[in-house]
Amino acid sequence: MSDDRPDQPPSDEPAEEPRQPSAEQPELERPEGEHRPQWRQTLAILLSNRAAAVGLVVLIVMVLTAVFADQLIRFPINEDNIANRFAPPSADHWFGTDDLGRDVYSRVVMGARVSLQVAAISVTISLVAGTLLGLIAGYRGGWLDTVTMRAVDVAFAFPAVLLAIALVAVFGPSLRNTMIAIGIVFTPIFARVVRGSVLSVREDLYIRAIRSLGASDGRIILRHVLPNVAAPVIVQTSLSLAFAILLEAALSFVGAGVQRPTPAWGLMLADAQRFIAQGWWLSVFPGMAIFVTVMAFNLMGDGLRDALDPRQRTLIEARGAGGGEDE
Amino acid sequence: MAGYVAKRVAQSLLALLGVSVVVFALIHLVPGDPVRTALGTRFDQELYEVLRARAGLDQPLVVQYFDWLFRALQGDLGVSFRTGQPVTEALMQRLPATALLAVSAVLVGLVIALPAGIISAVRQGKVSDYVANAFSQIGVSIPDFWYGILLILLFAQTLRWLPPFGYTSLLEDPVDGLQRLIMPALTTGVVTGAILTRFVRSSVLEAMNSEHVRFARAKGLPQRHVFRHHVLRNAWNPIVTITGLQLGTLLGGIVVVEVVFAWPGIGRLALTAVERRDYPVLQGAVLLIAAAFLIINLVVDLLYAKLDPRIRSS
Repeated sequence: MSDDRPDQPPSDEPAEEPRQPSAEQPELERPEGEHRPQWRQTLAILLSNRAAAVGLVVLIVMVLTAVFADQLIRFPINEDNIANRFAPPSADHWFGTDDLGRDVYSRVVMGARVSLQVAAISVTISLVAGTLLGLIAGYRGGWLDTVTMRAVDVAFAFPAVLLAIALVAVFGPSLRNTMIAIGIVFTPIFARVVRGSVLSVREDLYIRAIRSLGASDGRIILRHVLPNVAAPVIVQTSLSLAFAILLEAALSFVGAGVQRPTPAWGLMLADAQRFIAQGWWLSVFPGMAIFVTVMAFNLMGDGLRDALDPRQRTLIEARGAGGGEDE
Repeated sequence: MAGYVAKRVAQSLLALLGVSVVVFALIHLVPGDPVRTALGTRFDQELYEVLRARAGLDQPLVVQYFDWLFRALQGDLGVSFRTGQPVTEALMQRLPATALLAVSAVLVGLVIALPAGIISAVRQGKVSDYVANAFSQIGVSIPDFWYGILLILLFAQTLRWLPPFGYTSLLEDPVDGLQRLIMPALTTGVVTGAILTRFVRSSVLEAMNSEHVRFARAKGLPQRHVFRHHVLRNAWNPIVTITGLQLGTLLGGIVVVEVVFAWPGIGRLALTAVERRDYPVLQGAVLLIAAAFLIINLVVDLLYAKLDPRIRSS
């Protein structure tokens, strides 16, 4: 796969312009008259953006599919039926059957659980680790910051797919190690985004005022700095979830991720390619599932960025909360 | 400018040093004995001793690192645990295929992104803008290996226009070589094009909204002249930069596409090394790609600074 794509260009953007408003911004900063809960405002703007709304709906469907996969499948996912190999889509087997006669529809449905689980856990790992690193580096500054950021530079020198493959090679391929590898690969992105945001608020007048009033570092970070980095982190999370799904699928596809017979979409595509002459359905449906899920996360990420961008917000409010298209 | 060059070169060297530590650490992070793991059922005490000594694994860690680093600097990346072939030789054999694919992908990407991005910016908010946006959204969301499989399904399996996979050197057989290049280049190129389209669009939009372009328009210069000499000239620098960076990113990213098309490049070499637990080869491939990425970034940054004096002063 072409690597860093979904996270590469957009990932730096929030870091560049990190000064974002957030739900718990202190009174000192909040303009008068803006007392509506900000999350509701953000949601309204998000939903007024048609693309993001579609993304949200698709994601809800995907999450429900993953949660209720056991009820939604029509055949046991690992039950072979050699007599019925490579059966084309039919009323019985909506997405056809694979090389072992297994129901492709049921496996694609169960694949949603695998895919979303890997994405959620790996992005949580990088979110927590990256945010901690970024907060400490940005807030403390000095050598700690220098060392952390140089380490981040080193991490960025490795293309994400390659780094993940190398890590899986070291840990050994498995579902758990795939999640850890992806988590490690994404950590520097979050560290960079968070650090950028922290740097921009650290010296703000109100932070200095609170500090001079005797607030502890922990309190300042938790109550005042963290809320300010929330917006770029939320955007980055959505985009990273998209990329994590792509990365997991790619790793599984090349055999360096989830292992058989787990119904991972990437693995199903690897088998599909082996039997490409036997049926188009083998490759079309699992690939479509990856594509739709990734696109939904990307649309959400873009929508969130627009909704959380203060300039965008003013623009939309000035237009009477009209459509939230870009620019 | 000299100060800027020195600073960027130093930064890159530092990053490269960090990269070397990580790559070196790879083999030591493997649980257990990497040589024993690599040999597996083919274990032979004599071979084991030779490989361990050749990989320097019987030395203290710090000695091992510097020994490895100095040898790497001289182009010696050790020998394969599996074949005994020098790693550098294996890498050099595969480099042309990867380089060809990466350059072709960037060309395909530019052929798509330049018109799409420019039209999209000029006709902002119109149908063509939405089409270009939709294309780039689809391009960044589609798993490229899936898209590659779909191409094989269509052009090789159904229409039988192109061979489904494999590589032939363009020097040996240009026609066959080109035929085999088309699908992998399209697979990586369309995705690259999708990313580049966004950047071309935003660069052109930014240039179009700049003061001097508005001034040129206010002076009454013809639209075409303003566009060619004021807008494009300014939009060009960021486009060159992003294209360069994409080339670097591609080097790592085509690993999976190489697998789809059985393309004998560095990525596939790395993956085979993973399967066979051939750590020196994996180390060599990762080091080469990361180093290439850093060098390309450095060159692009320096070029950008040369083209745009504002960068080096900031």
